[in-house]
Amino acid sequence: MKVTTPAFKEKATEAMRDPILQKALGNVERGFVAKRKKGAASLPEFEELRDAARDLKIHVLKHLDLYLEAYERKVIASGGKVHWAESAEDARRIVTDICKRLGAKTVTKGKSMITEEIALNDHLEAEGIRPVETDLGEYIIQLRGEHPSHIIAPAVHLTKEQVASDFRRVHDHLAPDRDLTEPTTLLSEARTVLRREFQVADVGITGANFLIAETGTSVIVTNEGNGDLTQTLPKAHVVLASIEKIVPTLEDVDTLMRVLARSATGQEMSVYTTFSTGPRRSDDPDGPGEYHVVLLDNGRSSMLGTEFEDMLRCIRCGACMNHCPVYQQIGGHAYGWVYPGPMGSVLTPTLVGIEKTGHLPNASTLCGRCESVCPMRIPLPRMMRAWRAREWEKALNPGTQRFGLKLWAFLAKRPALYRLAARAGRWGLGWLAGGRGRIARLPLGGGWTRHRDMPAPQGATFMDRWAAGERPSRPTPSQTEAQS
Amino acid sequence: MTASPSPRRPTVALFVTCLVDAMRPTIGFAAVKLLEDAGCEVVVPPGQTCCGQPAFNSGDTADAAALAKQVIAEFEPYDFLVAPSGSCAGQIAKHYPELFAEGDPWRARAESLAAKSHELVSFLVEQMGVSSTGARFDGAVTYHDSCSGLRELGVQAQPRKLLAAIEGLTLTEMKDPDVCCGFGGTFAVKYSDLSGAIVEKKVGTIEETGAATVLAGDLGCLMNMAGRLTRNGSKVEVRHVAEVLAGMADGPAIGRGEGE
Repeated sequence: MKVTTPAFKEKATEAMRDPILQKALGNVERGFVAKRKKGAASLPEFEELRDAARDLKIHVLKHLDLYLEAYERKVIASGGKVHWAESAEDARRIVTDICKRLGAKTVTKGKSMITEEIALNDHLEAEGIRPVETDLGEYIIQLRGEHPSHIIAPAVHLTKEQVASDFRRVHDHLAPDRDLTEPTTLLSEARTVLRREFQVADVGITGANFLIAETGTSVIVTNEGNGDLTQTLPKAHVVLASIEKIVPTLEDVDTLMRVLARSATGQEMSVYTTFSTGPRRSDDPDGPGEYHVVLLDNGRSSMLGTEFEDMLRCIRCGACMNHCPVYQQIGGHAYGWVYPGPMGSVLTPTLVGIEKTGHLPNASTLCGRCESVCPMRIPLPRMMRAWRAREWEKALNPGTQRFGLKLWAFLAKRPALYRLAARAGRWGLGWLAGGRGRIARLPLGGGWTRHRDMPAPQGATFMDRWAAGERPSRPTPSQTEAQS
Repeated sequence: MTASPSPRRPTVALFVTCLVDAMRPTIGFAAVKLLEDAGCEVVVPPGQTCCGQPAFNSGDTADAAALAKQVIAEFEPYDFLVAPSGSCAGQIAKHYPELFAEGDPWRARAESLAAKSHELVSFLVEQMGVSSTGARFDGAVTYHDSCSGLRELGVQAQPRKLLAAIEGLTLTEMKDPDVCCGFGGTFAVKYSDLSGAIVEKKVGTIEETGAATVLAGDLGCLMNMAGRLTRNGSKVEVRHVAEVLAGMADGPAIGRGEGE
């Protein structure tokens, strides 16, 4: 997927001016935020669970190599195969090789952000293999030729009217006067269409929410059950997962699941939770004939031991973006790559380079709401700052910005000179205000005054007034008495 | 005064903040009054400029560390550092130690200053046990939780507690008082359109309360909200919470001239 982050500002402004997108984004704020709040409040030990979940992943990341090797042994023991993919290209090649060997023409897919990350669909199509997204949201955006705008709700940027119109356009074999006004009618139409795809699919590809080292099991959580049909019916089930999805035991999955759905959708748990261990055994009534796990690194191991290691705790619940005041304004596409919102602002620069993605860690007020709701307590603002520091070291920020900041720092480090500058500044602003309490247009400060007035300074600076002996009026003796 | 033995009056060094210094000295004087009324000796160290947040948040850690050293040296002799700002106090109390490596002597000095640095209103309530400031304010107000004070320092209940004790004042909560106003320091200028959209949403929730005044504890956020409210032609007045708590809310509000 092409990185369009350099055009972040333009895309963000475009998004804010798009009334249909703005209508759709209302659902993020009204829906997800309220549901997460209710979900968290319903569990008295939720905060302790967050601590436990964080500590669990910290432990795993310290011993990632050991757990991955243990996991591989268990997968092999259960009849599956593990493929190690250092890069996106490796992962694509491994998957297309499996598909070609099985003569696959149609591949069904469960929702997987990793397959977005490696642009798998484009590559399958180039090999003459037809990928069919089976998650409703993913199916919709595939019909539209778009990319997900949210990691758990890929089509959250669309209204149901838009979806209805796409269905009428694509499903032209169905009765034109059918009712498509309700989400349920849309869902049942997609279900009908997808049922045939499940039956003809040769390979089913899913992601994984967790990989369990103790048992060699991959776990997916869904609300539609599409993942189960994707992985059970075809000749082969291919799991694409990044290396940090590993957890030691079944018990640990329980800990993470208890915070995952509550943080994501406010549900106690998702409707379907599916554990897959190996291919079909001789006495199993169904299941895939082959079971493959592609373990993707794609730059993640380079985060270990750096200030970005904490990012690898992420369990992809989407709470950070749901609660982000910036995401709520612009949705996911403006961020310009696969992962939007605060988690993407930290992760994307690692995966595709800070040179192209400098906007991401900067387009944040650092309000910290993301960290306050993150089930894994990932210090997202701290890591956005860390990216800003890397940018500063490499001198990647605009020259005017650097010059302005250096000039300000030069003065701030010299208090006497700073006083003079503060005096000059407040005089200048006072002159511009011309006796009014504010300035409507600030020369060189259009960034501020484009959307708001600049309040005028009150008069002389505090430090000057204090130095001149001014003090606040003293309280009356009776007030002092009352407070002592 | 009562006959009970009173402990030594703590010496509080006021960290004025660069914005209060240049834009709204009333907040500084209100802070001094509140601290003195609470029984503190207040000093204003003359060598102070800025806490260094603009550098820190821009990734310029060298300048951030240089400014931190300046603040540490200037403020470490006193019992407490208090700032009428959650973000400046948060910078000092939470981020200064991060600027120095383990083993660097400045790290220990930063940690020592961090441990005695506080945001004004939470300091009054938690350290000085103030439950009422004895001021009066007539009218309905709404209170915005500035992000750094809220999430880095836990400033949320303290200002509400002191506001509840103000005679004549009613607090009407806005929807989502804990959601960012869109200021974010240089973000407001670098991502002007985004910041403008976020603050527009914020002032909408302020207007919905019907309160005549909005209060907060950080001048950056206040200037952002005030600037948008006046741009929209709103009648809502914007003030720092300390002005109301100190009974010094009689002058023009932020962004208003005399008689505006």
